[in-house]
Amino acid sequence: MTGTERPVFHTDRCNAYIIKYAEIGVKGKNRHIFEEALAAGVRRALASSEGEFTVSSIAGRLYIYTVREADSADTITRLQHVFGVLGICPAVTIARIEKKLPDIDALAEHAIRFFADGYGLEQGETERERPLTFKVVCRRVDKTYPLDSMEVAAELGERLLDAYPGQLAVDVHEPEILFRVELREQVNLFIEQEEIPGPGGLPAGTAGRAMLLLSGGIDSPVAGYQIAKRGAALEAVYFHAPPYTSDRAKQKVIDLAALVARFAGPIRLHIVNFTQIQLLIYEKCPKDELTIIMRRYMMHIAEQLAQKNHCIGLVTGESIGQVASQTMQSLYATDDAVRTMPVYRPLIAHDKQEIITISQQIGTYETSILPYEDCCTIFVAKHPVTHPRLEVIKRHEQVIEEELKALVAQALEEETVEEVTG
Amino acid sequence: METEIYLDNAATTRCDEEILTAMHRVLTEDYGNPSSMHRKGYEAEQLLKKAGEDVAAALSVRPQEICFTSCGTEGDNLALFGAARANARKGKHIVISAIEHAAVAEAARALAEEGFEISTIPVNEYGIVDPEEAAALVRPDTVLVSVMTVNNEIGTAEDLPAIARAVKEKAPGVLVHTDAVQAFGKMPLFPARDGIDLLAVSGHKLHAPKGTGFLYVRKGVKLTPILYGGGQQDGLRPGTDNVPGAVAVSLAAVKSVRDLAERSGRMAAMRDGFVRKLYETLPEIRVNGPAGAAVMPEGTERDRLLAAAAPHIVSLSVPGVRAEVLLHALEDKGIYVSAGSACSSHAAKKQPGTATLRAIGLPAGCLASTVRFSFSGETTREELDKTVQALAELVPTLRRFS
Repeated sequence: MTGTERPVFHTDRCNAYIIKYAEIGVKGKNRHIFEEALAAGVRRALASSEGEFTVSSIAGRLYIYTVREADSADTITRLQHVFGVLGICPAVTIARIEKKLPDIDALAEHAIRFFADGYGLEQGETERERPLTFKVVCRRVDKTYPLDSMEVAAELGERLLDAYPGQLAVDVHEPEILFRVELREQVNLFIEQEEIPGPGGLPAGTAGRAMLLLSGGIDSPVAGYQIAKRGAALEAVYFHAPPYTSDRAKQKVIDLAALVARFAGPIRLHIVNFTQIQLLIYEKCPKDELTIIMRRYMMHIAEQLAQKNHCIGLVTGESIGQVASQTMQSLYATDDAVRTMPVYRPLIAHDKQEIITISQQIGTYETSILPYEDCCTIFVAKHPVTHPRLEVIKRHEQVIEEELKALVAQALEEETVEEVTG
Repeated sequence: METEIYLDNAATTRCDEEILTAMHRVLTEDYGNPSSMHRKGYEAEQLLKKAGEDVAAALSVRPQEICFTSCGTEGDNLALFGAARANARKGKHIVISAIEHAAVAEAARALAEEGFEISTIPVNEYGIVDPEEAAALVRPDTVLVSVMTVNNEIGTAEDLPAIARAVKEKAPGVLVHTDAVQAFGKMPLFPARDGIDLLAVSGHKLHAPKGTGFLYVRKGVKLTPILYGGGQQDGLRPGTDNVPGAVAVSLAAVKSVRDLAERSGRMAAMRDGFVRKLYETLPEIRVNGPAGAAVMPEGTERDRLLAAAAPHIVSLSVPGVRAEVLLHALEDKGIYVSAGSACSSHAAKKQPGTATLRAIGLPAGCLASTVRFSFSGETTREELDKTVQALAELVPTLRRFS
């Protein structure tokens, strides 16, 4: 092996994953709730894996041990989807045999193998431009182990140097590889530098329930992702307008909900038939105000559904100035339709390109750009108002208020629910 | 959901029970590979041979002139690429009509990238190709002329015998190919008599399963194969012979021509009645292609046009209603039809309609508002009446909101 870079670390033989979480550490008395939610999120993410795992929370870390093997790359990808995970450290774990941890000789063998498997080192003299610098740090939780942590570290360091002469060199100040050895209920070996970043955020469902207005577009799935990242549990509402929108358009939204659910946990998707409401507005209100009035009614229905389903906020993918219905004046008019709860708009200050980048990262982009119409794009005025005046809008709404009330009640009555899991 | 009325038979058809049974038997009992030397292989070979004979009989051609394919697209591709490449030394010019199916139009476009020059024969407002115009485009370096027998969108039936005659009078060596996917089983076809060299048919439009079809290749016509392998189908289309598919499509071919005159006559009469009722019931509509002539006063012009109309396709434009919206509204009533374009992507918004609809000069207001009804032999007058009734209910409401 030649080169001066730290070689690529192979996780193929890893059978444990040590999860670091950050913010929950500071949540005081509620900490166990967050830890349990994080563990639940991890279990959910791993549920459909080929492998079987145990998940336990120890000393501010989550330890995931493999019971039945699975592809480690797949396991890591799954863990990278769990909100609240700050970092994932792939590790090799060695169980007790007859209630005993391995003695120092056995431990050294495991350590040497760990370097062979992880970095592809070969024992004996091998050409390398410059040795890899390392340091062994041992943490002895099981105090019955005959050697103390300093002794274990020193002994393993020496044995590793002997096994890989010329390839490794000790550097206790700034090692390229910080090799950690934990002696707990089992032995864990891992490299601090090989920690893989997780998504961060707070564990799904720890913050309360929110109702996401989900269209088939690029923005709303990203908004759902963002708000779920702060711990919100999600319900979603989709406004279906047959025959103006097709079953394929509806399926697209269900697919998007499933993609968001991979991160956010199961999503209850409410499907509301919006056709009659849309047609009435179209017929009785000025064309250029159509979109604003329609959005006000969508917000209104979403709020009703939210109340019925114990949600305490609405979530939309709006961003200032993106389209006519999202100017600050339009948002002012739309926001007015919601009376009892906050409307969260996590993308409000994002540029379109930033939103697209996130949607590509979370894998919703490809589905979002499928060409099926949603009901917002069908009845669109050529020149919609960009500076709506709320009083004017309300006056126009008044004409059809009674009729709309009945239609809204009917739409709520007839809504259907899809339970979507990731 | 009310009873299903399936009027999308130009897209695909329901598989016929008898064909399914025959195919099932081949799959489970006579499943040998014709290339195998044992008896099981021999038996399969006999079935394949019989299938070729049956298809040949349906076209009044010789069995050696039938090549089984996987679909109409494959037949068209094999004809275009095969003929173009085999004759590239004679010339690199190909003539196609302006309303070809993508299987021909896109193959031609790919050939253009290989250095072939493509000329396009315009069509009139009914989608009809003038044989003289076709011949006029033929040059000394022309190797192939391809004109579809029946257009899949507007049902125009071209006068292939006249086109082939005009082309060959000008240049006897030029090959004539036709995509007969929508024509076979709807009208009599005599490629050998009519100077057609290549003719592609698809099975699933004839109540056989998807993945079946055949290409007629006149004896002596050289094609360069697209696939290379074990030499099946005389090396023209290698790959283990699809015996069940060949049996299925041959049975479909036999059944399609058995009562052809009676069936297509009945369908044409239903088509005319349907067109008349559409015009009587719906204001400001337009039936595209020659089928619309059903409402013309009796006379030679009407007869001439109706003779150029396939019996099973009616293209209807409803200005003021978007095609997909009408499609979904009909679907809601259990009626299945096709829209001009499968989806309303942004690209489709910029250039609405299809190449065919644009080629016949359809007004802008109709391009994105055109749906297609296509019958099978099983379609009934009652179903068509119900469809007219559904349209009468839907169109006024849909027009209010557009």
